[in-house]
Amino acid sequence: MFAKYAYRRLSLLCFMLFTLTIFTFALNYLFPGELITNFSGEVNSSYAQTQALVEKYRIEENIFVQYGAFMARMFEGDWGLSLSSGQPVLSHVKHLFPATLELCLYALTVAVIIGVPSGVIASAYHKKWPDKLINSLSLMGFSIPVFWLALLLIMAFCLGLGLFPMSGRIGLLYEIQPVTHFILIDIYLEGFPYGGAAFWDALHHLALPTVVLAMYPTTVLIRFTRDSMLEVLDQNYIKTARAKGLNRSQLIIHHALRNALLPVIKQIGLQFSTLITLAMITEVIFSWPGIGRWLIESIYQRDYPAIQGGLLAVSFFVIIANMLSDFIHSILDPLARNQAHGKV
Amino acid sequence: MRKLFFGVLCTALFGCTDQAPNKVNDKSQGLVYCAEANPVSFNPQVTTTGSTIDIIANQLYDTLISIDPESGEFLPELATSWQVSEDGKSFTFTLRDDVQFHDTLYFTPTRKMNADDVVFSFNRLFDVYNPYHFVGDANYPYFQSIGLDQLIRQVKKVDEHTVRFDLFNAESSFLSNIGTDFAVILSKEYADQLIELEHKQDFDQKPVGTGPYKYREFLRDNLIRYYRHEHYWKHPVYMEQLVYDITTNGTSRIAKMLTKECDITAHPSATQLTVLEQRKDIEVEKAANLNIGYWAFNTEKPPFDNTLVRKALAHSIDFEKIMQAVFYNNGILARSMLPPSSWAFEAQQKMPTYDPEKAKEYLKQAGLEGGFSMTLWAMPVSRIYNPNARKMAELIQRDLRDIGVNARIVEYEWNTFIERVGRHEHDSVLLGWAADTPDPDNFFSPLLSCTATFSGKNPSNWCNPEFDLLLTQALDTNDMEERKYYYQQAQKMVIEQLPLVPIAHGLRFQATSSDIKGVSLRPFGGISLAEARRD
Repeated sequence: MFAKYAYRRLSLLCFMLFTLTIFTFALNYLFPGELITNFSGEVNSSYAQTQALVEKYRIEENIFVQYGAFMARMFEGDWGLSLSSGQPVLSHVKHLFPATLELCLYALTVAVIIGVPSGVIASAYHKKWPDKLINSLSLMGFSIPVFWLALLLIMAFCLGLGLFPMSGRIGLLYEIQPVTHFILIDIYLEGFPYGGAAFWDALHHLALPTVVLAMYPTTVLIRFTRDSMLEVLDQNYIKTARAKGLNRSQLIIHHALRNALLPVIKQIGLQFSTLITLAMITEVIFSWPGIGRWLIESIYQRDYPAIQGGLLAVSFFVIIANMLSDFIHSILDPLARNQAHGKV
Repeated sequence: MRKLFFGVLCTALFGCTDQAPNKVNDKSQGLVYCAEANPVSFNPQVTTTGSTIDIIANQLYDTLISIDPESGEFLPELATSWQVSEDGKSFTFTLRDDVQFHDTLYFTPTRKMNADDVVFSFNRLFDVYNPYHFVGDANYPYFQSIGLDQLIRQVKKVDEHTVRFDLFNAESSFLSNIGTDFAVILSKEYADQLIELEHKQDFDQKPVGTGPYKYREFLRDNLIRYYRHEHYWKHPVYMEQLVYDITTNGTSRIAKMLTKECDITAHPSATQLTVLEQRKDIEVEKAANLNIGYWAFNTEKPPFDNTLVRKALAHSIDFEKIMQAVFYNNGILARSMLPPSSWAFEAQQKMPTYDPEKAKEYLKQAGLEGGFSMTLWAMPVSRIYNPNARKMAELIQRDLRDIGVNARIVEYEWNTFIERVGRHEHDSVLLGWAADTPDPDNFFSPLLSCTATFSGKNPSNWCNPEFDLLLTQALDTNDMEERKYYYQQAQKMVIEQLPLVPIAHGLRFQATSSDIKGVSLRPFGGISLAEARRD
């Protein structure tokens, strides 16, 4: 059964990735400007260079051959050059993506740590004051636009109280060698240089962007956990357990939580795609050197090879993350495997 | 599991403090300068962009001589003394013998600076046989626009520490130009090494100079990191590190200044000055600066090839409103092409004034009473001579509508913008010029001469032989009164022909953390952080 399920999911994944590459390939034709520049990012190339590029990209052959050549280059890691920096697009993606991923992971961790327990508390005290308080707070958090929240926090904590810095990942005077491109891990690998000051500085820089980015998924998780918990608490086996005389904490921890968390786990995975989108806005506001800020700059500067590369990387990641969460969910919840057909 | 978690947490929190620090806490020994744009290159020979010059010129390099900002006298730098031949055609410089080039991750010098380096640095500019002449498009905008490449006959090594410049003809601004931020001395040894490694294109991107700081890394849109040059010849460098935080957004720059993420902020706008002035820990400096903000027309494109049309457009704009809304009255309304502090300045009687009726009249005379459509390019960055080109463009657009001219505002990223204006793709453009030397020629030759047209520096695309003759005559003589006369004629001609409309001269602003000392604003050229220190 699981093999069939996995096969279905994997074929859906392949199909989606295939569609994604076709879309990216088509962008070369849809963007204004020279086809060869859109493909390669080379501007003002000499006659000989242009001929070499035409040959390499098979521009003079039919569209299928061109697509084949495009895919071959993608696999080789030749994603063209960025128009604005002249550097390979793939190297930008490799350097910037971890920063975004780092931010998203921390935000997701915060969301889970705060969201799930709050949801459980809200359901446990259904229609009592903790429930009402958590509910109204989560509604506020859910409704506030992320850029507005970011600006408010900057106003209060950076400009007003001077507690946190408002941009970047670390104070620029700390020179940290990028190894994994995850700043905290890189600092750890360097053995906490500057007497650990760099580590604290990086945590300071992380605080506000993480809080801002975590706001939306936290509220979603609170509401989701609460609803799911209430549904489970309404089940007959819980009522039986309660009739047997179990107290509230026993009921929730030993009987309800595991079942209620199953849909929540799936939701955590699904939050990743929303997170990446919100991360772009957060990155721009906090000058976080991640892929989102770079992508938005590239759009502003009409840097077509960079836009293509950035879109491909981000979409690729979102698709994979969704599929992974689906898999994990199905491993934990055997019932989900019955639903063999893929759903997007 | 729980134990493991606490174990990791303890290592993370306390492990770091127990460990002997392997690097000192550099925060107090470093300086963060918030810059407004990415540098175009790391060699001042190949660019004139002010934001780039601020970042690279005085920090990484030295010149043979410099110009005293107050007295205008020439001061020795890498050259300890110099002699001029009687006919004014030959300049001999005696060089310092204790100057070391930067020792970086990519280059270790084996000898000190000598005459070979000076000969190489200048030969690159005009000698087509120099292996580096064509590296990076063979474009040396400043030198080409002032015609220095046509002036120098040869640069000759007399001995190890003596260099002689032979000129085709005597020119009074030669020494001034040798004293600009563009005439830097590069390492010939490094150049030779790159030729061997076949990495010639790295020469302008991974710099090696003799200046107070040496290059470490550049992350585009993010930062530039320099380290102290331990063997700097002139004086000890206080700052261990110098980091440029590239923040293109003006408001973010100010916010970073307030949160102390920046120690120095380039070009805060006049509107933000009040916020900064309220803070005790921030010092705001205002300095007079030799510059001009102007509106240039592409005189090769119709209808802008017609002087009447240019006059009409010039008379249509409300200068007073621009001074209030863009400069917040922190600037001087232009009355000539030259700023009033220049020694050749003469207020022009025929300076265009706001007069829409007159403008319509000129349009009628040009046969364009029905109006026309044009593009108005506005620079995307804030500069001394134009703190907010977008706003200025909107005001002009509004004024032009009154005389029936429909203007579309065009904006690009700064480096792209400069490149396209250099290719003369615009109809009209709001730009400006900040002087590199106090010599008046610095305002005319790089902006309005025929040679500047060819090197893509002349945004008016205006080439007038009569005007060029005036400039040449002014350069051919050393008699100050005579030079003054020619420059006055030149100023008059600019206002009569109006290839560009001079708008205003801005003040240079800078916000500096009050514990930072040794940073001085000069009326011309880029900023120098060589003596910056934290008290």
